[in-house]
Amino acid sequence: MRVSMDIELKDAPGQLLLALNPISELKGNLKSIVHHHEERTPRSTIPVQVVFEVEPENLDLIISRLEENGIGVARVDEKRFMEHGAVILIGHIVHTDIQDTIDTIDKTGFAEVVDICLSMPHIDTQSSASLKIDAIGRKELHEAMSVLREVAHKKDLLVVEPIEADFA
Amino acid sequence: MRKVRASIIGFGSVGQGVAEVLLKKDDELKSLGIDIDVVAISDSRGSEVNTEGIDLKAAIERKRESGTVAVEDLTGEYVIRNVDHDVVIETTPTDIETGGTGLVNMLAAFENSRDVVTSNKGPLTLKYQELMQAAEESDCKFRFEATVGGAMPIINLIKSTLAGNEIKSIEGILNGTCNYILTRMMEEKASYEQMLAESKELGIAETDPTYDVEGIDAACKLVILANSIFGQNATFQDVEVTGITKITPESLALAYDDGYVIKLIGEVKKDRLRVSPRLVPASHPLAVGGTLNVASVHTDLAGTVTVTGRGAGSIETASAILSDVVSIYRE
Repeated sequence: MRVSMDIELKDAPGQLLLALNPISELKGNLKSIVHHHEERTPRSTIPVQVVFEVEPENLDLIISRLEENGIGVARVDEKRFMEHGAVILIGHIVHTDIQDTIDTIDKTGFAEVVDICLSMPHIDTQSSASLKIDAIGRKELHEAMSVLREVAHKKDLLVVEPIEADFA
Repeated sequence: MRKVRASIIGFGSVGQGVAEVLLKKDDELKSLGIDIDVVAISDSRGSEVNTEGIDLKAAIERKRESGTVAVEDLTGEYVIRNVDHDVVIETTPTDIETGGTGLVNMLAAFENSRDVVTSNKGPLTLKYQELMQAAEESDCKFRFEATVGGAMPIINLIKSTLAGNEIKSIEGILNGTCNYILTRMMEEKASYEQMLAESKELGIAETDPTYDVEGIDAACKLVILANSIFGQNATFQDVEVTGITKITPESLALAYDDGYVIKLIGEVKKDRLRVSPRLVPASHPLAVGGTLNVASVHTDLAGTVTVTGRGAGSIETASAILSDVVSIYRE
């Protein structure tokens, strides 16, 4: 997941390194650091914003190690789902238990169906649906897509997937 | 001036297109140092042979009036084996079940040390390695740009212009009929059946459109790309194929609301050959409409290079054939 964190550093040499070490030690992948050296908090510390990606189970450890190092953690924003996918389904979507189709994604724990738009022209014709799927990472999004492909295959639904994003 | 004696084997729309283009481009070809004489033309009913060079205008007129170019009861294969010439322009219809007469013709050409330029996908889809080997053993040139994407230059682009690049993958729209149907379905909010009927009426789809709409035609082109660019030994069976027959106008509208168009995309990677309807961002280079073909080539050095062009049509296909002929004899 992606974490955006506001931390407070003492105005002394080596503090930034002390702040970043726990993140890298726990396999956090730093995305950005904004060091507001010219600003001061009411506590006379220097505010720093860091954004990084990390496995969810390591976040609490990072926070406690930062605090052990004497670094204040003022705010933590987690964004669990950072990959967004879209897919179109065509077939007898409702009659083949739409709830079950959605559940197979939600049950993975790492991806969720966050939006669905359904079009049913006639009672006896095939319907079409657009599904938005969010997942905690790219790998997980691919896995959710393959779970969806499997259930769609069983229900004779056509899955129209996007072309590979890195080709875009 | 290099004198090139050619035969045109198969005188349907593509073969006639080649004859028209040769007539039209005679001066340009001569300025490139190539003087092409067509010494034989064959269709399914017979042949015309003239070692001094056939009057192409008269041959086209005769074909249009009487339905055949034949003045003698000679098959294409006989012509290839027995009439002295340099290059066989093989434009017989595609048969992906057996390779058809095209396969026989190409092998006969190599046996008799003649170069081959073709628009016929069938033999290449079925017997690529065998044909390449036959060409190599007889020291003949074998070119087939017209088999993939008509006038859209992809094979020669990769082999010549992008030489030295590692090709990571290719993806694109390789069938103009499917692209036309999907484009029109979205524009008119009309059903697949309606737009298929329209494209048949306009002559964009064949009377039996199965090859196109089931994705078979695109899959054959992927096989040719996989074999010629990636050095694979793939056949049609290696391609995962889903056609466009299940696409609904509602699905196109839903996709559009999310910023996508649905296109029949073929993709070739080292480990995967797939033809399937896909969501393409509406502003993406692959989102071309109408009967156009398009292909993106992903390379290590040049990044992504995208080409688009007319995928079908006799003159467009003849253009690809002509460029192959020129590239052989200008070397």
